[in-house]
Amino acid sequence: MSTTDPLGEIFASTRRSRPEPSWIERVPLPVWIVGFVALIMPLIANNFWLFQVFGWTFILGMIALSLMFLAGYGGMVSLIQMSVAGMAGYGVAILGTSGMGDLSLGWPWWLYIPVAIIIAAIFGTIVGALAVRTEGIYTIMITLAIASAFFYFTRQNYEIFNGYSGFNLVVPPRLFGVDWRRPIPFYYLTLGCAVLSYLAVVYVSRSPFGLALQGVRDGPRRMAALGYNVTAHRIAAYTFASVIAAVGGILLVWQNSQVSPGTVGIPAVIDILVIAVVGGLRRPIGPFIGALIYVLLRTFSPDILLGFGLSGERFKTLIGMGFLLIVFFSPDGVLGLWDRWRERQRRKRDPLRDGGKR
Amino acid sequence: MAEASTLNSVASGNALELRGVTKMFGALAAISDITFSVRPGERRAVLGSNGAGKTTLFNCITGDFFATAGSIRLFGEDVTTFPAHERIRRGLRRTYQISLLFGGLSVADNVYIACRGVSRGRFSLLRPRRGDPLLTRVGELIEAVNLTEARNTLVSELSYGQQRQLEIALALAGAPRFILFDEPAAGLSPTERRELIEILNGLPGHIGYIIIEHDMDVALRVSESVTMMHNGRVFKEGTPTEIENDPEVQELYLGDGGHSHG
Repeated sequence: MSTTDPLGEIFASTRRSRPEPSWIERVPLPVWIVGFVALIMPLIANNFWLFQVFGWTFILGMIALSLMFLAGYGGMVSLIQMSVAGMAGYGVAILGTSGMGDLSLGWPWWLYIPVAIIIAAIFGTIVGALAVRTEGIYTIMITLAIASAFFYFTRQNYEIFNGYSGFNLVVPPRLFGVDWRRPIPFYYLTLGCAVLSYLAVVYVSRSPFGLALQGVRDGPRRMAALGYNVTAHRIAAYTFASVIAAVGGILLVWQNSQVSPGTVGIPAVIDILVIAVVGGLRRPIGPFIGALIYVLLRTFSPDILLGFGLSGERFKTLIGMGFLLIVFFSPDGVLGLWDRWRERQRRKRDPLRDGGKR
Repeated sequence: MAEASTLNSVASGNALELRGVTKMFGALAAISDITFSVRPGERRAVLGSNGAGKTTLFNCITGDFFATAGSIRLFGEDVTTFPAHERIRRGLRRTYQISLLFGGLSVADNVYIACRGVSRGRFSLLRPRRGDPLLTRVGELIEAVNLTEARNTLVSELSYGQQRQLEIALALAGAPRFILFDEPAAGLSPTERRELIEILNGLPGHIGYIIIEHDMDVALRVSESVTMMHNGRVFKEGTPTEIENDPEVQELYLGDGGHSHG
């Protein structure tokens, strides 16, 4: 985990004589560059890249980020995040408008968006309440079981979820006269949501709630002996993660303009885990890196495969091989590779340093 | 009815009251029929050889394990069925024999988590603000256990002795009324031991504690009463001098190298 802490900074600042750097100065240069490139991306990239590659990356990154929050800070690998996202997606389809006029309720956007997020958060919280009774592999098993139950339920229930075909023509509301499904608005919409959820996770990870969650991860018994209700803390983490996943789910449904059982199917559930693991579960930027790799492979692997004379439908093989390679060489995902490379660079510069962690 | 019994215990004025506390692991009784009480502010040592059930007793008092039988009252309130965090919020604290600290966090963060655990805002999503009284308290606690220099050090990088001191800081967070110290001196150097004795003797008078300690020199210098345990039962109770001079105790415990432990 990160070693810079606000408490330390606050204490240190009382001793330092020179004024503390403002927050603008504390943001490292690479972040400024990435941020600038992200802002002017519509000038560089074409609509396909904006909408299909980056839009999708940000969305999957957010859903995987909710898993990273639970797994990285809470030590709980939950496979329910895609289902929670799908629940929110179904929420906007059912409460708002869709091509299935008689099933959708046609509520106004300012009502159906928050209600969809709340429903998804309640769903995630209930699953969390069941899952926190288990640990490790059993958490994975129980959330996977509930995720697959949810998939079959949406496929078989026609009264609410419209069964196999789901809902089509689910589009974002025309706010401020903008069609948010056009590539450039959609790019900024997903970018904004992704940045906000990233910042929220970074901020909360250093809040009392986030610190205590990391404490619960490292020593649940000790946390109880400090007066924390460990179970309640874990469940609250599911609630927080569910909100992020829900926002991602709504954006995903808007991007595809449809939601169906396939959206919450087991392959989609597993993909979120793959994305989070490939990117790295230790820092909130990991899921976005993982999502970019996944989306690039998914988008361009058919071309590559066809180039080798193989069927384009074998893209899953390529994704699987990429997953194996990364996990084989770095259990911490791409972030782990990056950390090790930086460590090597630093040791090269400073021959007196041993191979220690810090 | 419940109120009447509460009043009764308040009248009897005990900080901790154990009646027939038993803990079974399968068919094995780790502790059986433990009955004793500790007055507020009283400092008691629990002695006994390895496997006498001292740590199990602590775990039952704090709620890490639930007792199989018997009742535990804390400041007059029956807490037998309370989960650990509820007991902690009533002023009980403990330290662990094997350090259970948060290695990936700094010293200040560890103490902050401890202070936050027994105050409001445990679920707060807002970071502490400059000048938060809790942060001042964190600084005081760190100073009380002589860790000011190491305030921003990761706990995994502290020396063993420093980790033991941090354990004590965590136990002092909030407003403790009764603390259970599980072998705080184990593995400490003579200097660190002296520091520990100073810290314990310097605690405010209203804070009582029970200390498990193998080192008789430490145990007898920081306690005013002693409970001797053997095979999961209370074997003897008395003042340090009584226990030290008791022939049965000498044969059982002091005789076979009690001094050489730790």
